[in-house]
Amino acid sequence: MNSRDITIQISKAADYLNVKKWDYGASFSNDFSVQVDKGNAKQLKASQKQVLTIRVWNESNLVGITTTSDISESGIKKALNQANIASDFGNENESTEFSPLAKEPIKVKEVKKRNPVGIKKLLTLLREAEIKLLESHECIKSVPYNGLSESFFERVYANSDGAFRSFTKSQAVLYLYARAEEEDKKPRSSGSVRIGYGVDDIDIEACIKEASNKTISHLNYSPIKTDKYLICFSPESFLTIINAFSSMFNARSILDGVSLSNKNSIGEKLSTEALNIYDDGLHEKNISSSPFDGEGTPTKRLCLINKGKIESFIHSESTARIFKTSPTGHAGLGSKVSVSPDWIVVEKSKGNHDLQTSLNHSNFDGEFVYIEELNAIHAGVRASQGSFSLPFDGWLYKNGTKISIESATVAGDIKYLLKNIVNIESNQEVTTSGISPHIWVDELSITGDA
Amino acid sequence: MLSSQIKSNEIEFGSCNKDLLEEILCYGIRLGADFVEIFIENTDNASVLAEEDFITSVSPSFGKGAGIRIFKEKRDGFVSTNDLTKHGLMRSVSQAIEMLDITDKNNRELFDGLNKHKDYSLSKKTWIDEIPSIHEISEKLLASTKSLKKNNKIITRKGSYSRNLQEVIIASSDGTYASDIRLHQTVGLNVIASDAQYRSNGSRRFGSSGMPNEFRIWDHEKAANDVFESSMNMLYADYVDAGQMPVVLANKFGGVIFHEACGHLLETTQIERGTTPFENKLNEKIAHESVTAIDEGISEGSFGSSSVDDEGMEPEKSVLIQDGILKKFISDRAGELRTGHKRTGSGRRQNYSFAAASRMRNTYIAKGEYSKEDLLNSISDGLYCKSMGGGSVGATGQFNFAVEEGYLIKNGKLTNPVKGATLIGEAKEVMPKISMCGNDLELAPGFCGSISGSVNVTVGQPHIKVDSITVGGR
Repeated sequence: MNSRDITIQISKAADYLNVKKWDYGASFSNDFSVQVDKGNAKQLKASQKQVLTIRVWNESNLVGITTTSDISESGIKKALNQANIASDFGNENESTEFSPLAKEPIKVKEVKKRNPVGIKKLLTLLREAEIKLLESHECIKSVPYNGLSESFFERVYANSDGAFRSFTKSQAVLYLYARAEEEDKKPRSSGSVRIGYGVDDIDIEACIKEASNKTISHLNYSPIKTDKYLICFSPESFLTIINAFSSMFNARSILDGVSLSNKNSIGEKLSTEALNIYDDGLHEKNISSSPFDGEGTPTKRLCLINKGKIESFIHSESTARIFKTSPTGHAGLGSKVSVSPDWIVVEKSKGNHDLQTSLNHSNFDGEFVYIEELNAIHAGVRASQGSFSLPFDGWLYKNGTKISIESATVAGDIKYLLKNIVNIESNQEVTTSGISPHIWVDELSITGDA
Repeated sequence: MLSSQIKSNEIEFGSCNKDLLEEILCYGIRLGADFVEIFIENTDNASVLAEEDFITSVSPSFGKGAGIRIFKEKRDGFVSTNDLTKHGLMRSVSQAIEMLDITDKNNRELFDGLNKHKDYSLSKKTWIDEIPSIHEISEKLLASTKSLKKNNKIITRKGSYSRNLQEVIIASSDGTYASDIRLHQTVGLNVIASDAQYRSNGSRRFGSSGMPNEFRIWDHEKAANDVFESSMNMLYADYVDAGQMPVVLANKFGGVIFHEACGHLLETTQIERGTTPFENKLNEKIAHESVTAIDEGISEGSFGSSSVDDEGMEPEKSVLIQDGILKKFISDRAGELRTGHKRTGSGRRQNYSFAAASRMRNTYIAKGEYSKEDLLNSISDGLYCKSMGGGSVGATGQFNFAVEEGYLIKNGKLTNPVKGATLIGEAKEVMPKISMCGNDLELAPGFCGSISGSVNVTVGQPHIKVDSITVGGR
């Protein structure tokens, strides 16, 4: 059944159940992935998935919802019926409506579509990549975490008011995580990820090189003394922190009382005037971009922090109505509509700023800790309190040398961190989760084993 | 009903599917597979969320699908689909065969047909009628969030419930043929307390398997009191000073550290990857002699229990570590094939779209001889971790865990509450430092995410003392 057929089936079932108002979101995907172990195929995987989420509004305008993978005629009828029953328990305290932008024209982004290369080619490419990575350094003994996958999917949103949106796209992912071992030393591990519209768009050699270089660079390691340090966040690690505390910009989180911000926080100064942060799901570098959200609202670029001050929040239909603004294209379809960021872009704002521009990760010769990657975000972040305590991979730069840090955590408070940004480097780097330059922060606590 | 009476072209739950399953398995074997496994699932789930004094979300869901796995020598191909027709399942088998590049067809008959059907679901078919209705759940959750409202410092109150009812059929070319119904129910309570610049969280999760009435008899008042007290105790807590120190970990959810830091390293998937330091340590000492650790799937009602695993094997009780000596690994079919460690009934998966893997079930450190006071009295300066948050283990075995509710220990007594603590270490270094185990073993439910998705587990332990561990703080 294709998306137009589903719409017709839902419409028929709704008439039968006397449901006047409904909408749905659906996704259909075909995924193929391979893993290898020292040249041998380990697990080869293919999956065909379909998920349909239907919302209905009852006569009291309360909303009920059901999700199913059974997209047969009977499955759709059952789902609509269940959603209708669930609407008796709809939230009387906060109404939900169709997005007023669900029928707005969308600027169609030219998306590159790729054809499947097939499992055999995926396997051949991954085998070759694993061999090259193993041969890149004598200490790299295995690539315990690896995978190459390609996915082809379609997403649909439609409602009883005539809105209908769909888009199809493809995506491929390569990850290589190597493990290096030296006698009488602890094993060290690091890796690299690449995403493309298709396998042929992925720079496999660059992924191998990065995985190898990162892993080898951690071989010479040492514990670090517990103290406060000048920190340089890599683009990836700074984006990790911003995403972990994105509830500061999230209207849903504000209404739920789990954000550090409140309704009146627009204009609040969080950081140096040099800091701009955008959410830009449609950015040309965002391979995972989607032209509309779960409610059919078009995706758009939104300024979250402008010259250090909160500029706007991300919204769903209902939060936007409560805040007396427009939906921003960040909703996820659900019984309680979720709100989440798409793709964060961090940049240095224009103008003269009071920054310590001598701090540059490639040539600063003073002492500092470089945080390459933050780990265990789900465990170490208290978003509602603003605190974090996170293990990381990184180096201590001292007297012109760099030594990998054996095992350590960085701890602090997000507001303190943002207020203590002392430099924002000029060059932005593209990562899998957004774009950011290197960011320098003074006086964060590091706990080590020394 | 005799299987020969059914000539269905689609898998039907509640009916005998033997002929159809045998045809599909036979098809895979004839095409050259060494082994074929079919896992079919039908789910009926619901979740409810109460916030403050309102039900803000009711989310039912249902679905069905199949996962087909083919082994050829030590390689495996896995295909999942929502198409449960004969044609759809045959197509999935063909796809898996093609992925593995199997071209040499088996000329002889290698499949003797399915064994007698083991139907573990017979006594469970009434569960769907016995579980609480959405109305009942809503009433109880609202009573729970009301119970959390004990003073004006509590600024948010949440109660969540989720129920997963899963009907499965497992058939494989070694003759395995089993059906089961699994029921998991879980409820969580969360609060945020606030006073001026101070903020704290309190949360607890409760859960059971195979007990349709459990939520009805759940003592929400007691649970709410516990969550409230935790948030109040931590509201004005100072940040802990970082450093090396002795630590006492509370019972119940304190066991998450053993689960994450050591348990995962005893799964055969880690041996396959070469990422466990315990690979060649069988029958060697890897922990303090006070430590005996168990993984089992048989405790009645425990969140990680089941009548049969996702590969059709009845779960066993596995003593992983006996008095500090490594005795066993947690193994599934692929683990046995690739590492030689016998299956333990631990082949588990989140749903049909994941291939089963060796996963923990109910995993805990056995009780020792000491009281909680004995453990505290042995410490002059240290940390008591009453409630643990989440944690993770890196690719080289380093772990870290957030302490949700912690107290300083001074001269054997609990003193000031502290926040922001993280426990950091490596299993092979920390396990020998667990020098004292209490006599108060308790279990707690949780969810574990890993290679085969998120599965229900139980963690547990008595109070334990770790002689020295790195505590991250400010």
